[in-house]
Amino acid sequence: MHGLWNLQTLWFVLVCVLWVGFMFLEGFDFGVGMLLQLVGKNPEERRAVIHSIGPVWDGNEVWLLTAGGATFAAFPNWYASMFSGFYLALLLVLLGLIIRGVSFEFWGKVESSRWRGVWEWAMAVGSFLPALLVGVAFANIIRGVSLDVHGNYTGSFFDLLNPYALLGGVTTLLLCIAHGASFLQLKTFDPVRARAAAIGRIAGPLAALAVIGFVIWTLADASTISVGLWIAAIVAMGAVAAAAGLAAVGRSGWAFISGGLGIAAVVATWFFALYPNVMVDSNGSAYNLTVFNAASNHYTLVVMTVTALILVPIVLIYQIWTYYVFRQRVGRSGPTESAPPTTGAGV
Amino acid sequence: MSIVELSRWQFAITTVYHFLFVPVSIGMAGIVAGFQTAWYRTRNPQWMRLTRFFGKIMLLSFAVGVVTGIVQEFQFGMNWAGYSRYVGSVFGAPLAVEALAAFFIESTFLGIWIFGYKRLSEGWHLATIWLAAVGSAMSAYFILAANSWMQHPVGYAINPTTGRAEMTSFWKMLTNSTVFFAFPHTVLGAFATAAFIILGISAWYLIRHREIEMFKRSAKAMVAVAVLATFATLIVGHFNGQLMTRQEPMKMAAAEALYDTSQPAGFSLIAVAPFEQHPPRTSFDITIPHTLSLLATNSWNGKVQGINQLQAAAVAKYGPGNYEPIIGVTYWTFRLMVGAGTLMVLFMLWGVWLWWRGRLERAKWFLKLALPAMALPFIANATGWIFTEMGRQPWVVYGLLLTQNAVSPSITAFDVWVSIVIFTVLYGVLGAIAVWLTVRIVKTGPPPEVDEAGQTVEPNLHVAY
Ligand code: HDD
Ligand code: HEM
Ligand code: HEM
Repeated sequence: MHGLWNLQTLWFVLVCVLWVGFMFLEGFDFGVGMLLQLVGKNPEERRAVIHSIGPVWDGNEVWLLTAGGATFAAFPNWYASMFSGFYLALLLVLLGLIIRGVSFEFWGKVESSRWRGVWEWAMAVGSFLPALLVGVAFANIIRGVSLDVHGNYTGSFFDLLNPYALLGGVTTLLLCIAHGASFLQLKTFDPVRARAAAIGRIAGPLAALAVIGFVIWTLADASTISVGLWIAAIVAMGAVAAAAGLAAVGRSGWAFISGGLGIAAVVATWFFALYPNVMVDSNGSAYNLTVFNAASNHYTLVVMTVTALILVPIVLIYQIWTYYVFRQRVGRSGPTESAPPTTGAGV
Repeated sequence: MSIVELSRWQFAITTVYHFLFVPVSIGMAGIVAGFQTAWYRTRNPQWMRLTRFFGKIMLLSFAVGVVTGIVQEFQFGMNWAGYSRYVGSVFGAPLAVEALAAFFIESTFLGIWIFGYKRLSEGWHLATIWLAAVGSAMSAYFILAANSWMQHPVGYAINPTTGRAEMTSFWKMLTNSTVFFAFPHTVLGAFATAAFIILGISAWYLIRHREIEMFKRSAKAMVAVAVLATFATLIVGHFNGQLMTRQEPMKMAAAEALYDTSQPAGFSLIAVAPFEQHPPRTSFDITIPHTLSLLATNSWNGKVQGINQLQAAAVAKYGPGNYEPIIGVTYWTFRLMVGAGTLMVLFMLWGVWLWWRGRLERAKWFLKLALPAMALPFIANATGWIFTEMGRQPWVVYGLLLTQNAVSPSITAFDVWVSIVIFTVLYGVLGAIAVWLTVRIVKTGPPPEVDEAGQTVEPNLHVAY
């Protein structure tokens, strides 16, 4: 009935791209937030760690907001079912994002170790919750949740905590930690860099194991396996394994790129495993939400396509420019308060 | 309480809270950009110190504005799934475009501004704060276009198969007559809000004879900004009211507690009455004859429709039901907004007069009153939104969707209680911290011009965390 080339599918792909952007970029932010207290042992070191993502974390978070807004506009039924169905889980994500978002601004405002400690914990917990729950949410969507005829979720919060979903959550959590450790190695000086490398050598293999386990479970559960799913699954497993290996031999730049590719491929695995559904009904497929029955009307999708094709490249250009402006390592001398450090290689 | 009522409370609490910070961020971004531009042009270090000092306070507002905004983005799906399904194809588009076109600009360039001093040339660095300011004003446009569609739906058609509203013209939606008034009214109000804050803080220093040179400068600049912005807000508000009389006559009647159609109609200054029982307006009421006719229709003897007639017309059109908002709320919120706005203009006219006489920085009473006057724009902003949103009830989308049909079917009262409690407590704590930190920044004072060794400190930006 529907070919592959239609606007609904295009928007499914675009929503996937937005999630990839979010998980890739905010992924290392979350990792850095969780590792802050482990790699930074004194206020100066911690300041350097915070400054490594200071200029970019908010811009990275907007990928999530855009993914949310795009889902609302392109797939209103998906947006409505997912966010009302996962109400309490989403509340935890929001709670995390709130305390994390203010912690950056509040942290440096008072010279007291207790005060700073509070916001360091807020940063860690606020990064931990979304990093974990994004994986839990997507794994549940793939596995199926109980829906009624209108696409409303009929389960409870605890139904979301099944083994497959928890593995999905652990996967995203470990990916973020490993990704953050690679990022810190590129952006800081020793001893922070050395500590991040040590963590990366442990987190890398663990993330690789989790990804392999999750991907194989997903493939085993899938009723049909598309070519795309095969490719995404193989790339995901290969890239995270390679990232772990590269981290072990100290090639942090390549480990970062390879790990990032792994994250992108894991997100792609979710979307390939879902297509053409956007939410699977666990009581049989009658009430599945698909890219077709969840989508907006044709006109809206056309308008959104034109807007996205114009704006996404522009956003990419200036965000890349930001990373270029802040390409130096941070820490030896503050990046803002005095002249830029002369030492330190770029990313 | 029902899930609808709980969800309404939650939405009201979280948005009003978001909007305590939003106008401060929008207005301060523009004003701080102005300060930095003045420094760029004149090289007077005082301007740079003002930029740094108020920049810090602006960033606190942004931090809380951003995190409370994230909640807003997802709340439509969480609590208002019925609404999201019904209007997503129309209403989601401006929300998505807001993120793509505005939030990205705002957050990315603000990040560069915070950390980018000396990494960029001075000109580029100045450009980043302007981009952040423009980004935040753009975000206001898109979200207000979305909100205006709820007040006055345009550019859509109801799909007979799915029964939902679907967009037929994005352009019509972006050029909705309602947003042409809501946007300037809100953004000018935001500039007035920020100017009142900066003036209040400057007055605090002037009273204490600290940094007179510098804060005289900012106080004068803010009197100029505030008098213009507040006056313009009032003018736009007047036309906003006229448009509203045509588009949502019930809201106007409710704002005035005008029960019966009148020609001419008088403007009620203060009335005390059991509003919900439709009293004949005799209890206690000070009315200025003909004024409402003039305000609402631009004519001395214009006809203004009353609640009873509008209710009857709505029943004839939409079927049985109660189509009146809570009159006590609309009546008083409208009066509070207009009252606060009027006081704001009068206060700033006094400031202009003092400035004219060359006494602004020594005018003890004016400076003392500038501190409590900081509350006025917040009152006007909050009551303005409460009026706009509650005056539209029982509709969530005027004439199309009732609020009671908008709520999520899958959530429980327990869920919403949990989230209300969490948001209220967390927001309360964050707000208290933000205010406390602002007070601390103010008490510490702006960074010194000359360091301990007597060297002139170059004007860099100490705004990074
Ligand atoms: C008139 C202006 C206005 C209004 C009515 C609203 N907002 Fe807002 N919002 C802004 C003006 C703004 C802003 C000025 O752009 C903020 C405030 C502080 C900031 O950093 O950006 C912001 C932040 C902000 C953010 C975070 C952006 C970021 O991470 O940079 C989100 C997701 C929203 N808002 C979403 C909403 C939603 C869904 C609203 C409707 C209920 C809403 N806002 C009302
Ligand atoms: C930030 C400024 C805003 C404030 C302070 C505000 C205030 C409110 C208040 C007080 C309510 C509750 C009304 C009631 O329960 O009677 C409400 C409801 C609502 N508003 Fe707004 N609002 C704002 C902006 C917006 C915008 C921009 C939108 C849309 C983009 C919006 C959409 C809604 C929705 C969907 C509801 C829920 C349904 C309802 O209770 O009416 N609001 N808002
Ligand atoms: C004499 C002065 C004023 C008049 C006549 C006036 C008029 C109005 C009217 C008629 C509305 C409702 C629009 C609608 O529902 O469609 C409104 C909304 C609003 N007002 Fe005012 N206003 C005045 C002063 C102010 C001031 C001083 C502020 C803030 C500093 C303010 C902030 C707002 C806000 C935030 C809204 C909600 C957004 C909107 O719908 O535009 N108002 N105003």
